[in-house]
Amino acid sequence: MNAQENMDTRGIEFGFGFLNKAASFDIQFSLIDYDGSMSYARAYLVGLLNTLLVSFIGIILCTLLGAVIGVARLSPNYLIRKTASFYIEFFRNIPLLLQIFFWYFAALRALPMPEDAPLLLGSSFMTIKGLYTPAPIWNNFDVFMIALIIALVIIFFFNKFAKKKQEENGTQYPKFFISLGIFILIPALTFLIGGVGVSWSFPVLKQLALTSFTFEGGMGIPPELIALTLALTLYTATFIAENVRAGIQGIVKGQKEAAASIGLTPSQVLKLVVLPQALRIIIPPTTNQYLNLTKNSSLAAAIAYPDLVLVFAGTAMMQTGRAIEIVGITMATYLTISLSISLLMNWYNKRIAIQEK
Amino acid sequence: MTRINLLKPNKENLNIFLILGALFFLLAIYDFCLNNFQGKNITSFLPGFISFFTPLIFGMIGLFFIRIEFSGIKQLDNLNKNINTSNFNAALSISIILLIIFSVAPLLNWFILEATFFGDSKEACTGDGACWVYIKTWFNRFMYGMYPNAEQWRVNATFIIVLGLMGAGYFFPLRYKKYLTFYYVILLPIISFFLIYYLISGGEFGLVWVETGAWGGLSLTFIVSFFSLIFCFPIGMMLALGRRSDLSVVKYSSLSFIEFWRGVPLITVLFMSAVMFPMFLPDGTYVDKLIRVIVAITLFEAAYTAEVIRGGLQALPRGQYDAAKSLGMGYWRLHLLVILPQALKLVIPGIANTFLALVKDTPLIFVVGLLELVGMLNLAKTNPEWLGFSMEGYVFAGIIFWIICYSMSKYSQSLELKYKTDR
Repeated sequence: MNAQENMDTRGIEFGFGFLNKAASFDIQFSLIDYDGSMSYARAYLVGLLNTLLVSFIGIILCTLLGAVIGVARLSPNYLIRKTASFYIEFFRNIPLLLQIFFWYFAALRALPMPEDAPLLLGSSFMTIKGLYTPAPIWNNFDVFMIALIIALVIIFFFNKFAKKKQEENGTQYPKFFISLGIFILIPALTFLIGGVGVSWSFPVLKQLALTSFTFEGGMGIPPELIALTLALTLYTATFIAENVRAGIQGIVKGQKEAAASIGLTPSQVLKLVVLPQALRIIIPPTTNQYLNLTKNSSLAAAIAYPDLVLVFAGTAMMQTGRAIEIVGITMATYLTISLSISLLMNWYNKRIAIQEK
Repeated sequence: MTRINLLKPNKENLNIFLILGALFFLLAIYDFCLNNFQGKNITSFLPGFISFFTPLIFGMIGLFFIRIEFSGIKQLDNLNKNINTSNFNAALSISIILLIIFSVAPLLNWFILEATFFGDSKEACTGDGACWVYIKTWFNRFMYGMYPNAEQWRVNATFIIVLGLMGAGYFFPLRYKKYLTFYYVILLPIISFFLIYYLISGGEFGLVWVETGAWGGLSLTFIVSFFSLIFCFPIGMMLALGRRSDLSVVKYSSLSFIEFWRGVPLITVLFMSAVMFPMFLPDGTYVDKLIRVIVAITLFEAAYTAEVIRGGLQALPRGQYDAAKSLGMGYWRLHLLVILPQALKLVIPGIANTFLALVKDTPLIFVVGLLELVGMLNLAKTNPEWLGFSMEGYVFAGIIFWIICYSMSKYSQSLELKYKTDR
């Protein structure tokens, strides 16, 4: 084995024991408690969580933006249609890495220093060092979370019940509003009887040295995260918009006309006929885009957002020199995420596929 | 002349309504421009947020007045049909128009009106706008990386010859047309490789040797994309066929190969080629960094190409296979002559998207220390003499990449139309 010889000459052993050793480097931004005395395994977890965080935010935002742009692309209004297609052609044809660099090194660097930052929405500050917003401080947060989970379970069973009723005797409930009501009411009740409370901590300007200022309190969102989320969202939304457009165009006009001719109202046509069919076309390629977004979030390493690649395949590898194990673990992590989502997708595709005889 | 009812624009008073509408519309734009570019608010006597929305309200009134059906003026009818069908649509149209004015004016200022075009040092840039002198000074670096200035004609010559050879297929005499595929798939890559090896890299025929570490800029983007494009296509095709093979060994090895490369981000693949791969080489052997990168990108994109081609293969009806088999064709003749030509035609958009993704992925090679256009930008940005011009650099690179990618996608659309046959 060449690898064995090479590692022997460089004095490296193969093995995963290093994961338990103290990492002894700091990570700027972490969702869980972390400092240099903790293990490499903990550093790995911090990186993984940061990757998942940026992917999660990116997926939500790009879905919203993509859906709006995709619908706008089919608007009867000439200006809106053209603006939407201009947006798509523009952002799709510029490399993502370049966009990330642009936002991070050029656009966000033009923001004011903390001491000159104007107040946004009465409580937030957008500065060159990041976005500072008020942070909620919870009392009895676990009670609130349990209430939220209970609400979701009730909504699930209610929807099942409503569907059964509709199939049995055609009674329709305003499913969406009842669900929304449950979702708001039950967690809100915990404020009254569960002892849940929330107070806000506001960012306050603090002087560190004569010319150096920072904000204390509140929630600080680092500029790396903002740049990365912006770029990923704007880039991926173009692809999702095209998927949405294809999905809506994929429904033949006859379907809508047939639905209208049996007396469904326009909103029912949309809800019962158009959307279920359009989603069948939209969802598979869109999941692919979600996966791409997750994989593309690894470009974070280029602007020093501490994601999995930067923390683990970057800093940790530099310190330990264990190239094979670390690159292997990193790849295996991404592979696991991708394959599990693919499997879920295949299962979903089978479930929604048209049952043909 | 009938009485004018301001709430019901009608055809009888067309001219009055047109003038009123145009007036209100211009007022909206005037108010908006004054507000945003001169800092004056002519409607400041109104309460805060109403004053903020006045341009929108004026514009909507203007569009409301000109919303007259069958006016007899063709342009007006077209306008109404396209952007002014209802109040809601009018509001959207006005918002978009105002947004365009809001963004175009400062951009124009930055790009052209206040930009500096002439001069040769940083001191020449005094305006508020872009400093294109920066791009001019660094142009050679952005195009050729660290390639020695005196030798840059070699890069140009190589690209011109390769482009010429690529175009040559177009002028092939009719009876040699059947060798066209052979020419593009096998001959051209080999010729190009030797050209790049002897001309750009040098070292023989009296040419100075330039190591690959010095290559860079846009020319490196082209070199990497060119080779990856050429190689990833045949490999992807083989993988796609392998995935549909009857031999389970071939099938499952292709499948796992494809799923592996599709499941990991390119950046980790490049890490692998940079730090992990050398570990597996016998002592003393060394594979050039550029070659490792090209191989990594090729394998990565080949997996995506394979999935696209598989889509085309699946879309063909079974009858095509049966018909070809009944003519006595074997596996290779069946695929090369019947199946692939039809399948590839179906997946032109998908392949074009994969190729576009490949070109857009090339900047990533910075992780192994190769600096193509974007990498050079980041290097130039840190030069102490030229601090603070990163915006110009990124805009410049963005325009270049946009032109490349946009023309590629337009070309693929024209190809798609050209080969479209109704079945």
